[in-house]
Amino acid sequence: MTLELLRWVYMLKSVWAVLIALAIGALLILTTGHSPIAAYRELFGGAFFDYWGLSATLVKLCPLLLAGLAVALPLRVGLFNIGAEGQIYMGGLFATIVALYGPELPGLLGILLCAAGGLAGGAVWAAIPALLKAYRDLNEVIVTLLLNYVAINIVSYAVSGPLMAEGAPYPYSEEIRESLWLPYIMPRTDAHAGVIVAVIAALLLSVVMRYTSVGYSLQTVGANPQAARYAGMSVRRHIMTSMLVGGALAGLAGAFEVMGLKHRLFHLFSAGYGYDGIVIAFLAGTNALGTIVAATFMAGLESGANMMQRAAGVPVTLVEALKGLIVIFVATGLAFSFQRSRWARLIERRRTMSAAIKAAQGG
Amino acid sequence: MLELFSDMQALVQFLSSALRLSMPLIFAALAGVLSERSGVFNVGLEGLILMGAFGAALGTFHTGSPFAGVLVGMALGVLLALPMAIMSISLGVNQIVAGVAINLFSLGITAFLARIAIGATANTQLLPGFRPIAIPVLSSIPVIGPVLFNQDLLVYLMYLAVPALYILMYWTPLGLSIRAVGHNPRACDAAGLSVAGLRYACVLVAGALAAMGGVYLVLSQVFVFSEHMSAGKGFIALAAVILGRWNPVGALLACLLFGVFDAYQLRLQFENPDVPYQIFSTLPYVVSILALVLISGRNVAPQAVGKYYHRESH
Repeated sequence: MTLELLRWVYMLKSVWAVLIALAIGALLILTTGHSPIAAYRELFGGAFFDYWGLSATLVKLCPLLLAGLAVALPLRVGLFNIGAEGQIYMGGLFATIVALYGPELPGLLGILLCAAGGLAGGAVWAAIPALLKAYRDLNEVIVTLLLNYVAINIVSYAVSGPLMAEGAPYPYSEEIRESLWLPYIMPRTDAHAGVIVAVIAALLLSVVMRYTSVGYSLQTVGANPQAARYAGMSVRRHIMTSMLVGGALAGLAGAFEVMGLKHRLFHLFSAGYGYDGIVIAFLAGTNALGTIVAATFMAGLESGANMMQRAAGVPVTLVEALKGLIVIFVATGLAFSFQRSRWARLIERRRTMSAAIKAAQGG
Repeated sequence: MLELFSDMQALVQFLSSALRLSMPLIFAALAGVLSERSGVFNVGLEGLILMGAFGAALGTFHTGSPFAGVLVGMALGVLLALPMAIMSISLGVNQIVAGVAINLFSLGITAFLARIAIGATANTQLLPGFRPIAIPVLSSIPVIGPVLFNQDLLVYLMYLAVPALYILMYWTPLGLSIRAVGHNPRACDAAGLSVAGLRYACVLVAGALAAMGGVYLVLSQVFVFSEHMSAGKGFIALAAVILGRWNPVGALLACLLFGVFDAYQLRLQFENPDVPYQIFSTLPYVVSILALVLISGRNVAPQAVGKYYHRESH
């Protein structure tokens, strides 16, 4: 009974982590002289129980979920893709180039081609750290981090140079033609169909990881590269596969920001979705289904933050601090697995001990 | 770049700006060397720089003295390094994850607190900072003099910090212990050294050192605090640690290399106003990656870096 309870407490560790982070966030809100309860009511009420707020949450959910998957998938193999941000930028760039200069295909074909451009852009950008990791054992954390800044500069250059719209007051590209816009899913709002694709992608990945040999071997490589090599699995191929698919998903996020929301490429259009993807992947414990839940929560934080600022006067930057706190506590929670087994052993020992005592008393 | 050497004045200006641009990197890279030598991979450098910058602005804003800014900056650096140390040394959290968490938290909390404590929206008002002090005699040496010896106090502090760390690391028993703990913690434990104690000390001191990078940004370079002002410097410093082979002097040289390229790209921007500046902005990042590619394969990382040491597991 106690063990069962402990196991539940342990399984819900991400939830506890979020609650502790929110509690510390409440203290921070108190320092601004506002009521934490009112602030959180505005935050979550606005994000999930309001028509416009919900649409804003769905708009954020699309890039966040794809970025979360982009981090979670390589993580299964033991690789830290801190470069989803750069991959989003390159995806947005490639999709815009395809949209503006590519062949004009009718209907859905045009949308698919544009999205493929995004997938390719993200994959190309992820291929650099993947190759360097696989063939030169270069630390992928540092390479992906540095490449983020390169990608942001490339997009910034593109929208203020070759792609810049004529007569634009500040750097952005020409608008892409309306046949390439993603359909809207909630009348009179910005919520677009990209979010449905993102959820389908998460479900698909979940099935692939759980039920296919590809998913199984990816996890084996992550768990024990030496054993995997011994079993005839190519560690290099798995590094490439997981990073390229991850990068492609991040690229798709960038493409959907252009095709579904902004309809043109802007300088600094991503606003840190790639870094939020890291938070989401950890919050979800790299589980694809968990990623949907975690991304929804994070999207709610993002969209509710503005409402909280307007209605309760608490600065939106609080949400940034909350994200950091959440990672700290989730990461700490993940580390507690060995502690749990120690507790479990202790309880087990206590139980056998009391059973022995009872037996002695009975006899 | 060659035309620089025909014009002394321009050369002095160029080298001075290269040194100034590498300063935040140097402090952060020294911090990286110290904590990685003890076995803790420190991705949190970026956040520590930002926290140091915020502390510098906070202390200086409320007292009017940049010295208070230095103290508050370093104190906040240590304070932020503490959760990093607890997570990676005591709890066995993956060190990359711990570092990412520290960075995200720092990004949010400094922006949040800046509005409350300094009353800023995006930028603070101009703060009093450190001004160059010319060292007599030394500063009159041609070229080298004005570049190296007409700088502010924080630069002179860096001149002390690099050899101090080098001597600590290679000439003292404590340094030997630190390197040993980063190399083979189990043997150290068996020999009676406190693995966790040494690592805590290194990560906390590294927190203060990396924060100095941010202090320099605020009190010597721009004299304001702005959100996200660390802008990737911590990550370049991380690359410099590897490039400098986990050696304080090597890290210094790597940072100077990036500083030179950063100054060079600024010069190119200035000289070629018709070419979009972003082409030049990427230069330091691209150079970092290329340099890493060139030196990889001769990797001499401390063997236990990034690995959690748990006493009871065997």
